Amino acid sequence: MPPRPRGPPLADLHFGDDQPTEAELAAIDAIVSPADAATVTETERVVRGGRIRRQGLRHLLLPVLHSLQHEIGWISPGGLNGAAKRLGVPPAEAYGVATFYELLRTTDPGHTNDAVHVCVDPSCALAGNEELRESLEASGAKVHNSPCLGQCERAPALFVQGVGRPDRVPADDDEDFRLPQAGDPGLRVLSRVGVVDSTSLDSYREHGGYQALASAIEMGPDAVISAISDSGLSGRGGAAFPTGIKWRAVADEPGPDKHVVANCDESEPGTFKDRILCEHDPFAVIESMTIAGLATGSPHGWIYIRGEYPRATARLEGAIAQARAAGLLGDDVAGSGQRFDIELRRGAGAYICGEETALFNSIEGFRGEPRNKPPFPTTHGLFNQPTAINNPETLINVLDIVTNGPDAYRSVGTERSPGTRLFCLSGRIGVPGLYEVPFGTTLGELIELAGGSVGSLAAVLLGGAAGVFVGSDALDMPLTLEDAREAGATLGSGVVTVFDDTVDMEAVVVRIAEFFRDESCGQCVPCRVGTQRQHEVLVELQGSGQALTPQRAELIDDMALAMVDASICGLGHTAASAVRSAIDLGLIGNSS
Amino acid sequence: MSPAVTETAVTIRVDGQEVAVPEGATILDACDAAGIDTPTICYGPTLTPVNVCRVCVVELDGSRALVPSCSRPAEEGMVVHTDSERVRHSRKMVIEFLATGVDVSQANELGQWAEHYGADPHRHVPGGETMNEPVRVQDNLYIRDYDKCVLCYRCVEACGDDAQHTYAISVAGRGFGARISTEFDVTLPDSACVYCGNCVAVCPTNALQFKTEFDLREEGDWRPEDQTVTQTVCSYCGVGCNLELHVQDNQIVKCTSPDDHDVTRGNLCIKGRFGWNYV
Ligand SMILES: Cc1cc2nc3c(=O)[nH]c(=O)nc-3n(C[C@H](O)[C@H](O)[C@H](O)COP(=O)(O)O)c2cc1C
Ligand code: SF4
Ligand code: SF4
Ligand code: SF4
Ligand code: FES
Ligand code: FES
Repeated sequence: MPPRPRGPPLADLHFGDDQPTEAELAAIDAIVSPADAATVTETERVVRGGRIRRQGLRHLLLPVLHSLQHEIGWISPGGLNGAAKRLGVPPAEAYGVATFYELLRTTDPGHTNDAVHVCVDPSCALAGNEELRESLEASGAKVHNSPCLGQCERAPALFVQGVGRPDRVPADDDEDFRLPQAGDPGLRVLSRVGVVDSTSLDSYREHGGYQALASAIEMGPDAVISAISDSGLSGRGGAAFPTGIKWRAVADEPGPDKHVVANCDESEPGTFKDRILCEHDPFAVIESMTIAGLATGSPHGWIYIRGEYPRATARLEGAIAQARAAGLLGDDVAGSGQRFDIELRRGAGAYICGEETALFNSIEGFRGEPRNKPPFPTTHGLFNQPTAINNPETLINVLDIVTNGPDAYRSVGTERSPGTRLFCLSGRIGVPGLYEVPFGTTLGELIELAGGSVGSLAAVLLGGAAGVFVGSDALDMPLTLEDAREAGATLGSGVVTVFDDTVDMEAVVVRIAEFFRDESCGQCVPCRVGTQRQHEVLVELQGSGQALTPQRAELIDDMALAMVDASICGLGHTAASAVRSAIDLGLIGNSS
Repeated sequence: MSPAVTETAVTIRVDGQEVAVPEGATILDACDAAGIDTPTICYGPTLTPVNVCRVCVVELDGSRALVPSCSRPAEEGMVVHTDSERVRHSRKMVIEFLATGVDVSQANELGQWAEHYGADPHRHVPGGETMNEPVRVQDNLYIRDYDKCVLCYRCVEACGDDAQHTYAISVAGRGFGARISTEFDVTLPDSACVYCGNCVAVCPTNALQFKTEFDLREEGDWRPEDQTVTQTVCSYCGVGCNLELHVQDNQIVKCTSPDDHDVTRGNLCIKGRFGWNYV
């Protein structure tokens, strides 16, 4: 739990006349009982990212808003007042938080039907999302457009946000899950996926689970971190930062208020690997987080998972409960004498909350706005305390490294990109799905492994919306960090979306620009306005049927450079990269 | 120019000049010390930097992206460029971007900087999105014209942690749709607002305006050049806040407070800020 409230008094809060209904009060009570209500006479003030903020119960704001949304179907003025009062949060700030998230509504929908979200991103657009939308609307459903729902391998994707009943993904119900590479002895990160019973700790143990934790306890924190460093493991969330350096930095900070966070917010269009990992090997996420906690001396673990992943959420919650009951989480983890436990938090529809510092703000009950860096999370992370944040794929690699040692780990891959990498293949591809290959496999080999492209390959979007388009001349490119960098590309979060020559690429690129415009947090000028203007230029181009004029090309470049150079975070930094690569490749901008 | 170096000073190099500033000072402070003028929008001397507008960015050797000078602490040995091609470009684009969607005609020095950097808002796609907000006139004290709002967060900071601790307003929405708002956009009289006017004092674009100024502008009779400013001490209570009364045609038209005053730091309460309305 976060530190206790202390510090100077907070001015009396003012609430309007709107009162919560009984149903709204019950929704609030379900998260924070009246007995635990915040006392607003005392508060803690922390200076972070240049801002002074208070803590207290505020980290429960998003869970309370979720509860209201779920039970009532929207956040009403009375409901917001009730939530804000219970938590001691100014209502204007609570409103600022509620309006930040796509899955929270602050206007009365006038009905209590479920909200049906249909994906409008590229792989689903190629797979007939329009027909899906029409058939749903014909049956009377309220359909919302959604950015990528993380189910691109089974496009077109659908997510049903329940009112008064559980959220669900219809495709989960009749899924007979099988990895395309099932049974391949080369699988490391995916070795248990589709094999183990993901609801059973016993099954996980039968498949080698919790051996790594035992080894880690025996080795001690220092040796564990050294092994991670020696393995050359780098982050799989997009930035490819060396994990050993991150863990060492957190371990070197004085304790005990330190955190380990698993970033399961996965929202990069084209990415679905973390959903599959969390659904089909949830104990591995828990075990590897526990190793991170013990190695860095951080007793507090957090999982932040995107709100559109109900099954992954349920499986992780089940795994946490079973691990806790078995003494693998709690005050004395597996007899180590060390404490580590995990709290799970759900996002509410905001791509930007996958950015690590935005994620911290989101957990803390603030708007999911990224913080300026430095300072970095290793010293000023969650609650302004030292934090090691990792992607689940990064974390699961740790199990292999601790169990088999860094040399074995390095036996595949390249010197600078050791080990294997997960890739999410979708679009015009023979067998869409999640694949694991050694670093250094070429793009062409990967596409062949997935059944080859359907139709005549025109372009591949590598790294998702934040990545770049490459053409068929890139099929020889070895998929390593160094080769991608050299080619001006990125592996990002492992997205490989394939397009053939029948695809309307202008529509794809306009949609990518729209994605960034919709998902910008709006905090900094280059990105808030730049993503808007970039979208407008592309819409103009799309409607004109003309070639891109030199003036418009210059404008796009000018905007891109400012977004790259002056934005606060990676969203702004990458918002123009796919667009510009599409122009460079001649995918758009020629007269049509 | 090389100021005396004290034990707690850090020395950095700005555009080739050595500058010594006290520890904890920002790059912006160092630029000021070196006599280099820097555009700023979201920065306010009395506010915690939020570094969101990005107009003050500088190039820092060893940093891939540009850095906001208003919030980045100066560190020994830093080498900073304030007039490189990249800096000029990003500053130009920030100003240009703002001018495409916001009425910046009353934003103090922005016009000069726009000219200095060659910002051209007219080259963007015609008919693009703008703030498109009605003027909110909800009382006789001050108005909110969010068509002029650049979302610098200064009012939010002044209403919240940096001065007033009232938290009547916040940023709501996301992306280009973000707006300064009370909860559910309720009117100010229905909100937590206590009419201290501290938000009005820090607003750099005149999006927040005294009603007196707004009315005179509507009548085409707002004449700053004909105004005099009288310093006085507020007589409502014993704190001793300094007031600056702006007078046009023998009428008080607005009231400010000096930023550098050690009691008020630019802030006042409703009585000092607006009390003259009733006298
Ligand atoms: C806009 C944006 C979105 C991001 N989304 C995710 C995400 O969904 N999952 C993730 O692991 N990392 C995401 N990241 C990267 C994180 O900020 C962070 O680098 C990562 O979680 C660190 O873990 P790793 O070192 O294991 O990769 C995102 C970054 C940006 C700029
Ligand atoms: S770059 Fe975009 S997403 Fe990132 S802080 Fe700025 S406005 Fe927000
Ligand atoms: S007048 Fe004072 S209380 Fe009202 S919004 Fe402005 S700063 Fe907040
Ligand atoms: S109203 Fe003024 S102070 Fe507030 S954000 Fe807008 S421009 Fe800044
Ligand atoms: S789920 Fe539709 S593109 Fe990912
Ligand atoms: S003045 Fe520095 S970012 Fe706005």
